[in-house]
Amino acid sequence: MNPELRELYQSVILDHNKQPRNFGELPDANGRAEGHNPLCGDHLSVAVKIEDGRLLAIAFEGDGCAISTASASLMSEAVKGLPVSEVRGLFERFHGLVTSDPTQESAPPDLGKLEVFAGVREFPIRVKCATLGWHTLQSALNSGDSVSTE
Amino acid sequence: MRLDVERVRKDFPILQQKSHGKPLVFLDSAASAQKPQVVIDSISEFYAKSYANVHRGVYELSLRATEVLENARRKVAGFIGGEERETIFVRNATEAINLVARTWGRKHVSRGDEILITHMEHHANIVPWQLLCEEVGASLVVAPIDDAGQLDLQAFEALLSPRTRLAAVCHVSNTLGTVNPVAELARLTHACGARLLVDGAQAVPHQRVDVRGLDCDFYAFSGHKLYGPSGIGVLWGRAELLEDMPPFLGGGDMILSVSFEQTLYKEIPYKFEAGTPDIAGAAGLAAAVDYLDNLSLEAISRHEHDLLDYATARLESVPGLRILGNALPKAAVISFVLEGVHPHDIGTILDQQGVAIRTGHHCTQPLMQRLGVPATARASFALYNTRGDADALVEAIEMTRGMFA
Repeated sequence: MNPELRELYQSVILDHNKQPRNFGELPDANGRAEGHNPLCGDHLSVAVKIEDGRLLAIAFEGDGCAISTASASLMSEAVKGLPVSEVRGLFERFHGLVTSDPTQESAPPDLGKLEVFAGVREFPIRVKCATLGWHTLQSALNSGDSVSTE
Repeated sequence: MRLDVERVRKDFPILQQKSHGKPLVFLDSAASAQKPQVVIDSISEFYAKSYANVHRGVYELSLRATEVLENARRKVAGFIGGEERETIFVRNATEAINLVARTWGRKHVSRGDEILITHMEHHANIVPWQLLCEEVGASLVVAPIDDAGQLDLQAFEALLSPRTRLAAVCHVSNTLGTVNPVAELARLTHACGARLLVDGAQAVPHQRVDVRGLDCDFYAFSGHKLYGPSGIGVLWGRAELLEDMPPFLGGGDMILSVSFEQTLYKEIPYKFEAGTPDIAGAAGLAAAVDYLDNLSLEAISRHEHDLLDYATARLESVPGLRILGNALPKAAVISFVLEGVHPHDIGTILDQQGVAIRTGHHCTQPLMQRLGVPATARASFALYNTRGDADALVEAIEMTRGMFA
């Protein structure tokens, strides 16, 4: 197996794919959205519970590849408890991580566990998989009564 | 005649390259086939020696270019058992189907009428009919398939009614490889007074097609799946139907005379070929047809069926792997899913081993719903593939299983 592949499918990602965290329903959610990746037929839904401008709980469901499932799973852990106002900035840094030019030196993204997705840079076609959960989360935050908490 | 695959492979320059440092194993010819050198050369030779616009000039080059185009039409018509005037050049099978929907469909389908398709159709044989139905107030009716991926013939017959104007079916399913009994479907369809359109995009590269023998009314296919260039395709239609149809696109080259009061259209097939056509594409398509004729489609078909049997047996021995579509007869297309591994991940990992397959819904989302999967991995075999390619596929799948274990 070549190093790029090993980097893409490292054990943390495979683990979150097999046992996604915060997977399932969120009965008392006050924001929801559906996300689709038409290229591969992936779809997932993200539900959030927001109180006082803080993302108290998050859950996701769906059917996707290892990269999109693990990304949504790790995202759910990373954003839980965060002020909603900080989620967008975190997504922007994550997006930068997975789309940056792998041949260029860049400042450490300071993304903690989310840095396992750095390997996606080598696979531009998979960027959409890695960001599907994040895009869906953004929509969920902008949906229904959660919009007012922004 | 046996196909000498090692010799054939030398005809395809792209197969000589490596992918991610490994020999390229190209198993996505159902999406688009690679091109033999003779096809590539025919295009550059045409541009270098014979290029000009067609059907216009009185000078030598224009006459020569016209001859290239019409020679291609003659070859393609002969290849499928049709007549030249029934053979219309379009961009691809999708455009061919849209042409029929927009011309024949608008004229002959009206409110309350029905168009019958099958559950295994490509989006190209669904969406044009949906658009037509929406426009004229007709209904789209879908004939079911069984769990093996075969058309339910009894249901197809039962769904045909006096309201049916057209049945539109694929000859070979791009996702499952199912070969539909087109001649039988033509008999059933005609018995109730309807017309039959066949999407032959997946059939023409793999088996001898005779539109008269099939007794269909329209037959559509793409050049690029036939080892020809991308950008040219063919619609064949019965002359009496084509003559009665209004034009598709309006413009130059399709008219007899134009005044601001009235325009007279040319005879078929030119009535349907507005504007400067893909002349170089036609040159390439003619070269592809010659190439296949020289190899013989019967030999190609035998070779591909050997690969299908071999690859099916090898894949069936992989734990957790399930093949979708076990129709009889079946073309050399194998859709599969692997327990615990999403097709998209299979595609990426196989690609890194030099193995190119298609993953996703294959432009057949309703079929994916019927099969109960969001996507599949699909390996499709062509005349240049070998048993070694099937071995490489299986080896890469085993590696994938190991990673996800």
